[in-house]
Amino acid sequence: MIDWLPVLILSTSLVPALITFFLAQENHFWRNLINLGGAVLKLGLIVFLLIEVAGGTFHEVRFDLLPGAFLLLRVDALALLFLTLSGLLWLLTTIYAIAYFDKKPNLSRFFGFFGLCVFSTTGIALSGSLLTFFVFYELLTLSTWPLVVHRQNPASMAAGRTYLRYAMPASVALLVAILWLEHLTGPVEFTSGADLAGIDPATLRLIFVFFVAGLGMKAALVPLHGWLPAAMAAPAPVSALLHAVAVVKAGAFGFVRVVHDVFGMEAITELGLGVPLAALASLTIVYGSVRALGQREIKRRLAFSTVSQVSYIVLGVALAGPLGLVGGLAHLVHQGLMKITLFFCAGIYDDRGGIRWIEQLDGIGPRMPWTSVCFSLGALGMIGLPPMAGFISKIYLGLGALQSGAPWVLVVLAASTLLNAAYFLPLLYRIWFVESSTEETLAGRPLGIIAPAVLTGLAAIAVGLFAGSALSPLGWATSIVEQNYLP
Amino acid sequence: MSPDLVALAVVIILPLFGALIAVAAPGHGGRIAVTVALGTLAAALVLLVRVGGAEPVVVEVGTWSPPLGIALRADGPAVLLLSVSALILLCVVLYSRPLIGSRSARMNQTFWALLLLLWGALSVIFLSRDLFNLYVGLELLSLTAVALVAIEGRRETLAAALRYLLFALTGSLLYLLGVVLLYAVHGTLDLGLLSGRLGTGATDGLALAAMTAGLAAKTALFPFHVWLPPAHAGAPAPASAVLSALVPKASLYILLRLWFEGSPALAGEVVVQSLGVLGALAVLHGSLMAFRQERLKLVIAYSTVAQIGYLFLIFPIAAGEPAGADAAWRGTQFQLLSHALAKASMFLCAGLVVEAAGHDRLARLAGFARAQPMTLFAFGLAAVTLIGLPPSGGFLAKYLLFNAAFDAGVPVWSLVVLIGGLLAAAYLFRPIALAWRAPDADRTAFAPVARSRQLLPMLLAIAALSIGLAPGGPAGLMGGLP
Repeated sequence: MIDWLPVLILSTSLVPALITFFLAQENHFWRNLINLGGAVLKLGLIVFLLIEVAGGTFHEVRFDLLPGAFLLLRVDALALLFLTLSGLLWLLTTIYAIAYFDKKPNLSRFFGFFGLCVFSTTGIALSGSLLTFFVFYELLTLSTWPLVVHRQNPASMAAGRTYLRYAMPASVALLVAILWLEHLTGPVEFTSGADLAGIDPATLRLIFVFFVAGLGMKAALVPLHGWLPAAMAAPAPVSALLHAVAVVKAGAFGFVRVVHDVFGMEAITELGLGVPLAALASLTIVYGSVRALGQREIKRRLAFSTVSQVSYIVLGVALAGPLGLVGGLAHLVHQGLMKITLFFCAGIYDDRGGIRWIEQLDGIGPRMPWTSVCFSLGALGMIGLPPMAGFISKIYLGLGALQSGAPWVLVVLAASTLLNAAYFLPLLYRIWFVESSTEETLAGRPLGIIAPAVLTGLAAIAVGLFAGSALSPLGWATSIVEQNYLP
Repeated sequence: MSPDLVALAVVIILPLFGALIAVAAPGHGGRIAVTVALGTLAAALVLLVRVGGAEPVVVEVGTWSPPLGIALRADGPAVLLLSVSALILLCVVLYSRPLIGSRSARMNQTFWALLLLLWGALSVIFLSRDLFNLYVGLELLSLTAVALVAIEGRRETLAAALRYLLFALTGSLLYLLGVVLLYAVHGTLDLGLLSGRLGTGATDGLALAAMTAGLAAKTALFPFHVWLPPAHAGAPAPASAVLSALVPKASLYILLRLWFEGSPALAGEVVVQSLGVLGALAVLHGSLMAFRQERLKLVIAYSTVAQIGYLFLIFPIAAGEPAGADAAWRGTQFQLLSHALAKASMFLCAGLVVEAAGHDRLARLAGFARAQPMTLFAFGLAAVTLIGLPPSGGFLAKYLLFNAAFDAGVPVWSLVVLIGGLLAAAYLFRPIALAWRAPDADRTAFAPVARSRQLLPMLLAIAALSIGLAPGGPAGLMGGLP
């Protein structure tokens, strides 16, 4: 008896994507209906699965490829955390993209690959084994490229080239890591982890380095981060996808799986791998922030901010302790909400106001109040102003650092908070407190591009305000860690 | 006669018979070819199902069993290759009808006859168990292939065809020399009977060396590949599809049968390792050359040189620990099949590019994504297989070869697989990216091409992917290393 639910939830993204490819450019009604319908249906399924998992039913389906090679989809609590985030943000991004692109060309192609991207992300979330994870991880790379080069101009073609130059070697590294490990241990499932007994520690460390190289590219760890700022040539909905919903998240999620479900906390600590990874993540946090300071283009500043913020998740994972992991997992959701708000707003500034550079933000607040309020919410959340989402993440990361005996992480967190303030506050100052130099009226801003930003902005506050609730990302992360990773 | 025997007879006789009729009735070549293609595909599928469910089908022609007579044998690898080549040839035939129909009467007369003769030769090679019978198939295959390269009669394609002929004939002669030497010692040419006896005779070493060298030259193994790129890039696109996807596989197939079914006792370490090294060099050289080409068909042709390299990795891997042998055998066959489908798809795509643009210069392909999105998509899917990304047949091939190299205790060969994948990504994304660009200001117009013909390369690319999605059936048929 095959359990069709995981397959069904994958097909809510795949089927709309495949149909969309064949729709004519002018067929706006059907394209929008199919894509929104798929996203809503998926959310409905996610809600159902949440109830199932809360009740202790873990849906699982296995496809045998060859002896020793199979694809395994499994709905566990961690998968659902990522799935809920991507499903929710996909719906909002679809609404945003429909309004953002309006009647621009090549929309069927765009939404087709967009759907494939979300399909791959769903697959990554549901992967129950390393091989399955790899398959969807690669699919994600492939389906993202056409989105990055969507504009077809020289700048986006160059961005696409850079993206592949980073992604392809990383994929080789990840493949080596997976196949080498599976050669030693047999097929690795996330529920049971890899049986590392009797394997030479030096070999394991080397395999882990390959994992870090493969996953670190998507998670934009220094020095594998260069593709992310370059990919800013893509349209705003793609940036939202890269920075919040799919790509960098896939890398960060991969770290959670590899560190905690493949190696396990004890093995990571015994092999002495946690501290170097935490150090690399800390370096990335500080480096990304410092580079963000130097950017004059809004989207590039946000991109370097992502480089820095995603490493919070990696840091939480690398601390290899329960509280750190709670902070990392919560930040997976928090960063997604805050960063997608910022990118939605940056897209509106650019597309409707022609604002791409930081100087142009002067006095935009009163002229685009809704957008500016949302942007400010996102920025304040990133800085970690209580009681917003970013604050909660940092508290737990700090507690996790103390628990794991790495107090130096507190210095990194403090420095990063100062740097975050240093590169976000000048923007807010310009938006609200500097007089505008022009009085020209701005193009109309339809509800479709404002509403998603308002919703995610509010959510970024709500997850902080209600962090104590069991249903908040923090509560959820806590219960995942309690159920799965506590001895 | 049982249905198996009928199907086996049809697979060989129908294409050859069709070729004769195509010559006799020149105006109807296209229609004859479609009929033959459908019939042969059906027969191949019957064999696939029968062999998949039971034993290999063996026919002893004239009821004389070897060594007196000749045996034909359809086993798992054979029926897989028969089915894949039938699918490719059906697509090629459907693709070529409007193209060839618009050309000269002479072209109409010769193209179909040559294509069907070539198909017959492939069937003979896949089913034969007799080394001389294989030689006859090989000669027929080479001559029809050379003729297809030269069919347009342009000066540069004639030169390419002549060079191809030179290599093919030298290869045939070397192979024939080996056959004669083996017959003189053992008194039989049946592979089954020779099995275990190879290497016992005084001249067996020389015979095997000659046959291996001859077959490697026909397979275009580096450094004997120099004939391949101009020949495959110069032939008409549908012919290139067959030449690149199937023809080198036939000689490789004989080589694999000879080495792993004949299992010579004297498998010299030097020979085995150097075949692997040449394969690795083919991957490197072919990929780097493919990256430097300015014409799409040359990129695809050099990619064939590279992809053939993987097929020779089995020699050193199978010589290692026995644990990796079965995975290597299956990985090689997955590579054989998925490369055939993907490469045929790519050449058909290139043909559509040439028809639409009148050239295949990469620098002038901007705007092609707008003109034929489906063709570019098919090319991309085929590229996924050739790069070896999941979920494709190519991924499975690399997965198996990688594991085989580790299990056999010779992990160094897995490096070839990894580096080759990276290089393939580089040389295949280049044409895709160049075709993706927005049209230039002085936009080059692309002539329209029928949507139905764009579906054919798509079909082949999807077939290459689906081998990776449902590999259980094929893997069962491939069996383990004999």
